[in-house]
Amino acid sequence: MTIALLLLVASLVFGEAALAQMKLNGAGATFPYVIYSKWFDVYSKKSGVEFNYQSIGSGGGIKQVTEGTVDFGASDAFLSDGQMSAIKEKQGSDVIHIPTVMGAVVLSYNLPAAGKDLRLSPDVLAGIYLGQITNWNDSKIAAINPGKNLPDQAIIVAHRSDGSGTTNIFTDYLTKVSKTWAVNIGKGPSVNWPVGLGGKGNEGVAGLIKQSEGAIGYVELAYAVQNSLAYALLQNKAGHFILPSFDAVSAAAASISGSMPADFRVMITDADGKDSYPISGFTWLLIYKDMKDKSKAQEIVKFLKWAITDGQSFAKDLYYAPLPETVAKLCLKKIDTITTN
Amino acid sequence: MAETSSSFTIPVGHQPSGGAEKAPPPVVLVESKKGKSVNLGDLVFQGSTAFFAFLVFALVFLMAYEMFRGSTLSIEKFGWSFLWREVWDPVQDEYGALVFIFGTLVSSVLALIIALPLSIGVAVFLSELAPRWLEKPVSFLIELLAAIPSIVYGLWGVFVLVPWLRISVEPVLSKNLKILPLFRGAPYGFGMLAAGIILAIMILPIITSISRDVLKAIPTAQREAALALGATRWETTRIVLSDARSGILGATLLGLGRAIGETMAVTMVIGNRPEISASLLAPGYTMASVIANEFTEATSDMYISSLIEIALILFAVTVLLNAAARLIVWGVTKKFKNA
Amino acid sequence: MKQDFSTFHYWRKSKSAFTTFLCFLSGLIAIVPLFLIFFYSLSQGIGAINLDFFTQMPKPVGESGGGMANAIVGTAILIGLGALFGLPISLFTGIYLAEHKHGAFASVVRFLTDVLSGIPSIVVGVVAYIIVVLPMKHFSALAGGVALGILMIPTATRTTEEMLLLVPQSIREAGLALGIARWKVTLRVILPTALRGITTGILLALARAAGETAPLLFTALGNRFWSTEIGQPIASLSVFIYDYAKAPFADWNRQAWAAAFVLIFFITILNVIFRFVTRGRYAGNGH
Repeated sequence: MTIALLLLVASLVFGEAALAQMKLNGAGATFPYVIYSKWFDVYSKKSGVEFNYQSIGSGGGIKQVTEGTVDFGASDAFLSDGQMSAIKEKQGSDVIHIPTVMGAVVLSYNLPAAGKDLRLSPDVLAGIYLGQITNWNDSKIAAINPGKNLPDQAIIVAHRSDGSGTTNIFTDYLTKVSKTWAVNIGKGPSVNWPVGLGGKGNEGVAGLIKQSEGAIGYVELAYAVQNSLAYALLQNKAGHFILPSFDAVSAAAASISGSMPADFRVMITDADGKDSYPISGFTWLLIYKDMKDKSKAQEIVKFLKWAITDGQSFAKDLYYAPLPETVAKLCLKKIDTITTN
Repeated sequence: MAETSSSFTIPVGHQPSGGAEKAPPPVVLVESKKGKSVNLGDLVFQGSTAFFAFLVFALVFLMAYEMFRGSTLSIEKFGWSFLWREVWDPVQDEYGALVFIFGTLVSSVLALIIALPLSIGVAVFLSELAPRWLEKPVSFLIELLAAIPSIVYGLWGVFVLVPWLRISVEPVLSKNLKILPLFRGAPYGFGMLAAGIILAIMILPIITSISRDVLKAIPTAQREAALALGATRWETTRIVLSDARSGILGATLLGLGRAIGETMAVTMVIGNRPEISASLLAPGYTMASVIANEFTEATSDMYISSLIEIALILFAVTVLLNAAARLIVWGVTKKFKNA
Repeated sequence: MKQDFSTFHYWRKSKSAFTTFLCFLSGLIAIVPLFLIFFYSLSQGIGAINLDFFTQMPKPVGESGGGMANAIVGTAILIGLGALFGLPISLFTGIYLAEHKHGAFASVVRFLTDVLSGIPSIVVGVVAYIIVVLPMKHFSALAGGVALGILMIPTATRTTEEMLLLVPQSIREAGLALGIARWKVTLRVILPTALRGITTGILLALARAAGETAPLLFTALGNRFWSTEIGQPIASLSVFIYDYAKAPFADWNRQAWAAAFVLIFFITILNVIFRFVTRGRYAGNGH
């Protein structure tokens, strides 16, 4: 009991001291977590301001921003008009989307016999996720992978169990390329998956893939690379099989860079262009335009400006694509609209 | 509020407050004789302990009330049909608890099927068969099993149990027992079977220790009588077991209650798939798991109300199970204590 | 007829021997998972248990190394808060229950305490979310502490009551005979006598609370930085184990095993101490 009291006193004392050091709380997407955790670590050493980010999924980020339990959110599924007005109603402030980086949603698989560079086409991918193609040695997969050793093994499909921006990007793509999918399943942060195991967060799905031989799942490129997971080439709109990379993502973004909407809410899946990776996407930070705590707003603005400029240099090393120049410029202008006094 | 006072014979002269009692007949020592200040102290003390006891009493009702309040939206919209709707669609804001109730029931019942025979075996071993020097350490080890946190079970499940199932057990089952719908499907490793096994390990200690206590409470006269009539060890045990029937039932209900409420270990191995399937190899979803996975991200009010309603269902079920179990166990041990 | 009797007799005896053997086997099977879990957490975690683990902060995603210093402190703070909320209630209620062995209200409270112990920890977490996180508009260590406090109440109350009841009636009667006020007897004589057992029981309840994960997922949430403020989200060993176990990074997995080992280690030690203390108590008070 004494120990408990002492701890409490200690924490209050530390708490007082810590107030002097600014701390902000954020939560949301797991998609950009690899680079966000790097950014927040570097930035806290540089400026002393701590951004505590909890990677709970885009759905969680949107929810917490709506409830006002965090200072900022993150999501790779942009808010709908309805969600935005709900936030306006509950928190008394508009919320703006600030794109931070772009990433690739890759199909990662665990099939040592097949080695690297497995090829997938939109039809095959949809077939696997619809539960129509259930074995790795299916003729449809073999047709686009001549010469590859495809074993007789059940395909273990992995998807997200939580509300996910990554899912949103992935299903947005599937809706565009498969009529069956569009009609029966649809798109969104959370869908009724016909088959498969659910993992929590990008980390959970990557973990599932890593642990289960015969598994396939969709994760952000950074997660596949950091865990030495093989990932597939995907056939894009122009018919080429593209290996996911930050260049291929930038190519996809180039197709819309002229027509970026003012509020930055845009999907870049199934983009035109012969080098575009078909499942690319932006990821956004969700910021309150009029925060009640102006000192926090100031810190957020400072961080955002750093992230959009200096922060971009970390992107390629972590397998994300930096924002296109034009988009970055628009972002900086948007950041200036956040009220800081 | 004063308890029964003790009666003493106090010789005159030993009363501290110089009481007026000089008569030899036994004096009943009553608090009020001791003076007002002490009376107040007693009152304050009794009052405060009673107050805190009342807090505990109120706590249970407070919890029920808060959850009720939190789930009004979904209760209004879906009513009782929430319990048998199979849909769980956050996009359309349509919810139903059937999938999770199914998952919870199947995993818990499976756990019971695995654990109950083992538990009774161990309980019999501990109360009837084991020598004292063996019984104490084994009892202790089994209670230690109960103290391991759920998350550690989950960790072990993910890295040891699931791969073992996926590589060694499920392929064998699905190839050879394909005719039974119980064993069909891809060998994920994750799924109902893994959840059932882990839950079985987790509820074994509780069923064992209560059964053992119940068995011990049965008077030795029963056993001696049986043995005197020439029964073998096993036959004696069977008689004792049938006497302990209701107590073991109570223990089983308690174990079931624990299995139903178990969260972390199950969430990590069940596969998190909101679907009803006949196969043990298929992934599933339980009530506790869906709350753990989706609570922080329930975006709409209806979503969170539905999750709170599921918590309310869990609450109601475990309270009922526990109440029934405790009443039964309490009844049995009381019966044998007074026998 | 003698022959029939013999064979039947052998049949009964062998059945008895067989079932005895089965019971013995069950005993073995039951303890196997325990050793497996101990063995695995030790062997997997031993590589990760070094000074860094206890003193370093977690590193960014994917980078190896780092430790769980903030989580260890976080767990300590959380169970400290839980103790603050739960222990006074438990102690006083335990005393009440011990004083009123046969009272009607006491029976009800005793019954409800048992019922409370069966409520899943995730449900308690939901309640803590509703009554602390929502009004505060904030995840916080405080909310986590409230959840853990509620979870501690059943065990701590029962332990207090049982330890108090173990003190022989003769001591109470001696105190009363000496003219000491009833409440003073309880507080100054009986409680101290039972204190050793009560303390160990409470430590046990604290250790169990340290292992709780589910209720913390949406109350205390988590924190990758060093934080000791009770109004802010806070890291904890159990949630870290959960996050690290799901992750694909092998280094994180190892750290999860290390944390698991630390938890199991302390819980085991406390259980052993509890056994030791209460056994001595019981033996000394054979009444």
